[in-house]
Amino acid sequence: MSEPLLSSSLEVKSVSKPSNSNIIELKGVSKSFDGKPVVKDLTLSIKKGEFVTLLGPSGCGKTTTLRMIAGFEKPSNGTIYIGGQDVTALQPNKRPVNTVFQQYALFPHLNVAKNIAYGISLKKIPTGETVKDKKTGEEYPKTRKYTIQEVSDKVQAVLEMVDLEGYEKRSVNTLSGGQKQRVAIARALVNEPKVLLLDEPLGALDLKMRKDMQIELMDMHKKLGITFVYVTHDQEEALTMSDTIVVMRDGEVQQIGTPQKIYDEPANAFVADFIGESNIFVGVMRADYKCEVCDAVITCVDSGFKKDESVDVIIRPEDVQIVPPEKAVFTATVKACVFKGDHFQTIAEIDNEDKDEILSHDNTECKVGEKIGLYVKPFDIHIMHRGRIINELITTMEDENLVNICGGKFECNAPFPYGTKVKVTIDFDDIDLTDDENDGTISATIQNTIYLGSYWRCVARTDDFVDFFSDTEYDWLKGDRVGINIPKDKILVEKIDETADETLLDLE
Amino acid sequence: MKKIASGNILAANIKKAGLSIKNFRLTRSAFAFPYVVFMLVFIIVPLFLLLSNAFTVTDAVSGDKSFSFDNFKSFANDGSSVKTLSLSLIYGVVTTGLCIIIGYPAAFVLSKLSSGKLLLILFLVPMWINFLIRTLATRAMFTLLNVELGTGTVIFGLVYNYLPFMILPIHTSLTSIDKAYGEASADLGASSIQTFIKVNFPLSIPGLVSGITMVFIPTITTFAVTELLGGVWLFGDSIYSKFKSVNLYGVGSVMSLIMLVFVLVSDMAMRKVNKGEVARNVI
Amino acid sequence: MSFNKQTLQNTQDSLFVASQKLKTASGKLRAKIDGKDGTGVGKIAKAGGSLYVLILLLVLYTPLALIIIFSFSNTSNFTFRNGFSIEGYLQIFKSSSSPKLFDSLYNTIVIAIIATIASTILGTFAAIGIFAMKKRTRRITETVNQLPVINSEIVMAVSLVLLFVALKFPTGYIRLIFGHIAFCTPYVILSITPRLMTLDKNLYEAALDLGASPLRAMVTVIIPVIMPGILSGAAMAFTLSLDDFIISQLNKGATTGIDTLSTYIYSSQHNARGLNPFWFAVFSIIIVLVITIVLVLNLIKIKQKKGIVKTFR
Repeated sequence: MSEPLLSSSLEVKSVSKPSNSNIIELKGVSKSFDGKPVVKDLTLSIKKGEFVTLLGPSGCGKTTTLRMIAGFEKPSNGTIYIGGQDVTALQPNKRPVNTVFQQYALFPHLNVAKNIAYGISLKKIPTGETVKDKKTGEEYPKTRKYTIQEVSDKVQAVLEMVDLEGYEKRSVNTLSGGQKQRVAIARALVNEPKVLLLDEPLGALDLKMRKDMQIELMDMHKKLGITFVYVTHDQEEALTMSDTIVVMRDGEVQQIGTPQKIYDEPANAFVADFIGESNIFVGVMRADYKCEVCDAVITCVDSGFKKDESVDVIIRPEDVQIVPPEKAVFTATVKACVFKGDHFQTIAEIDNEDKDEILSHDNTECKVGEKIGLYVKPFDIHIMHRGRIINELITTMEDENLVNICGGKFECNAPFPYGTKVKVTIDFDDIDLTDDENDGTISATIQNTIYLGSYWRCVARTDDFVDFFSDTEYDWLKGDRVGINIPKDKILVEKIDETADETLLDLE
Repeated sequence: MKKIASGNILAANIKKAGLSIKNFRLTRSAFAFPYVVFMLVFIIVPLFLLLSNAFTVTDAVSGDKSFSFDNFKSFANDGSSVKTLSLSLIYGVVTTGLCIIIGYPAAFVLSKLSSGKLLLILFLVPMWINFLIRTLATRAMFTLLNVELGTGTVIFGLVYNYLPFMILPIHTSLTSIDKAYGEASADLGASSIQTFIKVNFPLSIPGLVSGITMVFIPTITTFAVTELLGGVWLFGDSIYSKFKSVNLYGVGSVMSLIMLVFVLVSDMAMRKVNKGEVARNVI
Repeated sequence: MSFNKQTLQNTQDSLFVASQKLKTASGKLRAKIDGKDGTGVGKIAKAGGSLYVLILLLVLYTPLALIIIFSFSNTSNFTFRNGFSIEGYLQIFKSSSSPKLFDSLYNTIVIAIIATIASTILGTFAAIGIFAMKKRTRRITETVNQLPVINSEIVMAVSLVLLFVALKFPTGYIRLIFGHIAFCTPYVILSITPRLMTLDKNLYEAALDLGASPLRAMVTVIIPVIMPGILSGAAMAFTLSLDDFIISQLNKGATTGIDTLSTYIYSSQHNARGLNPFWFAVFSIIIVLVITIVLVLNLIKIKQKKGIVKTFR
């Protein structure tokens, strides 16, 4: 279970030609707006008949990806195949896909029936007859449009499917949100597309309606057997409806897998944090099947790590059982216990040196201050490689003992002259973040933070898009402007051989 | 006892508050009172005067005023007056038609260009210059080009004057169409041309109607422009001339009422299409 | 009979084949023009459209440009035989028409200022009052208010003539000022009303809740918020008054000798053959002045909007 679960870029080598069972293929697709990359080198295959969800926080590129498949955005790089055909430069109106828009986009000047019939009344279908060219002998198929009766029948059929019979003549402006949604779905489905693209279609509905529509969409998918590509930021929705989930972040795929796999075996801390609640700790693999975390060595089911390799340890709250101290792996003191209806949510402080916090969903009620024992089955302990161990980048010297990092001049112990190309390495704990960005040598914006039990790991992004990982005890908020300082002794500088590859932002 | 007393005080306070709010409301809409009076005097009364003058005939000798349809009769019988009306209507239709043919594509292009808003301002700037100056400048241009003044120059002058009034509402209408509709249309298989015909054009009709109203009515009642550019006399000029002499007030009023009817009809038509966006279109 | 049918069928078929061939050929041509990213045709269309718009603008500005250019020629017949000179501009002050020009300019501005102030004050209170009315009265009032706006100018002008004559208003300034107020105030009201609609209803009540009297609440809370509407309404009123021709023309009274700038231009020009340098200069000044002011104001507005958008990103 330690193999990387990113089935994207690593599988490309085995898929050189678009294969038949894949209805959609994206190869190396990237998209930037105004120089800002929104989708980075995305490679993805979607099988026929699948219900695939693109899941991620706002700004991760999922909607842009969907729009590129639909044809509303042209990729800056890469190719898109639909049904084996290269559609990268193809106009959206010629693609065999249909979209259900987030705001429905129902034509206000047409009634329900005319809205639904819009697509099919434009379509030309072959009559079956062909005409032969006397000279070249080539056969040209004759086409015709649907008759009024055919159109009407189709509209009727699809209205039945979405449970809106009798609404043909209604004006779309008088419909409720849920009804508009169903008209939008009907309008797309009546064209019998190979793929249905849905852009956060349930976002504007209230909770009950949303749950009902989720079930309806799943039924439709089963009945119709066509491919659904669904975009959402709601992980619960994704887990409920999908056959496959693609978790995205900052334009890159984090993990592709079934809902079960993603939930049980998240590929990295981000996915674990995004999907459901998790306890995330830093651990050290002492040996195969033995992981030291929170000052205790516990048995797990993972192997294949280097000795004493630093790893991320993920434990779902529902897997943290409250047990008598003899059976416990950790002992902890209860800080809070809240009744959640079907379980008790307990926050406890582990009796280790760092006093890490742990979250437990259990049926046991605890009192604040009580000492409890905690047990986790080896199977429920998920170990994964840490995404990054250290901050590293390639830059040049400003002067002796002065290095240029992202435009700021940092003091260091490196007597290299101006212009020397160097590799700079800084530990996560050695990045100091300041509240006032003017107090730092350079400024950055906090991109996200993950609570790791006793401290926070933040990603601070400088204005020239360089990410620094920082382990800090402060609870920074996404969007905070901070200053970055690095102590002189903590910047490790290594001279680079001039002939080495030049990539200025080579971060692990 | 205390409770009752405090209850009474409370009740009294509530009443006071209620009264003051009521007073306030009275006070607030009372602010409009001066203007309501003003409107009665300067808008309503003149209309009644128009009506009364249209139906009044003054005996040239005795100065007696009497109710009569004579004004209408003399208008209907006066060949030249009726001719002028029909001529004005024709000029109105032609000008409006030309404004649509020239202006719609212009508005369309402006709605698609990124510098569209800036270019639109350039179209609107001449509107702010006194129309007499604009018209005289146009006349001067014709003199320079040695073009004889006549029907052609009059039409040019009218279109020149009113084109921005057609472009502006159409542009506003086109740019307010949500881009999602265009995408939905393309998604459902329509080409760009089909999308325009089936989605964008229908949704721009309110703007078109607005433009037609802002061009047609002013054109048929236009004053001085036609005279300056071609010696053509239209309805507006005709009304003006009637009011130069007192005893023609009657006929002049009839003509004004006819114009008023046109205005009200087109306003109602526009309201139906726009459902209440008149204020926005005017400013 | 069947022979004819056969030929008809053959013709139909060949036409169909031809049309299909045309379709594929044009499709290929389009794909070629479109290029790799599918935007070729779009770019050509945009270029063509831009050209059209530019030509239109050129035609629109030509008469105005001509006036400005030839204002420096000191001729009335569009030649430069006298060479470049600013004599025309000097004529503004020296000519025999100058006193009349400045007189009418003075009249125009005075009337405009008075009318603007009056209609702004009247309109502001009216707008607030109308907004507070019950629905039905409000609708009626608003409809009547809009009559001068939608009505044709000449009908408005003649109705005012009838009014002034019937009520025996003193001729001259009084008639002009009242006439201008009459048609400016509706625009002021239309300019303020949208602002009132976006005004938070609770602001006024909050002020009352905190102890302010209705009048004080009005002045300190409502008026500042709708100020942009008041200012733009005032600007609109000023412009309309400056620019007005028909109402002034009909109501100035032939015997008073009062002229606004517009009526003076009309009276001296509508029978004239051409323009003399004097007028070239006057027009040029007005044209340049108006263009500059409008452009500057609009550019400021655009910059403001851009500024707001930036901070909210």
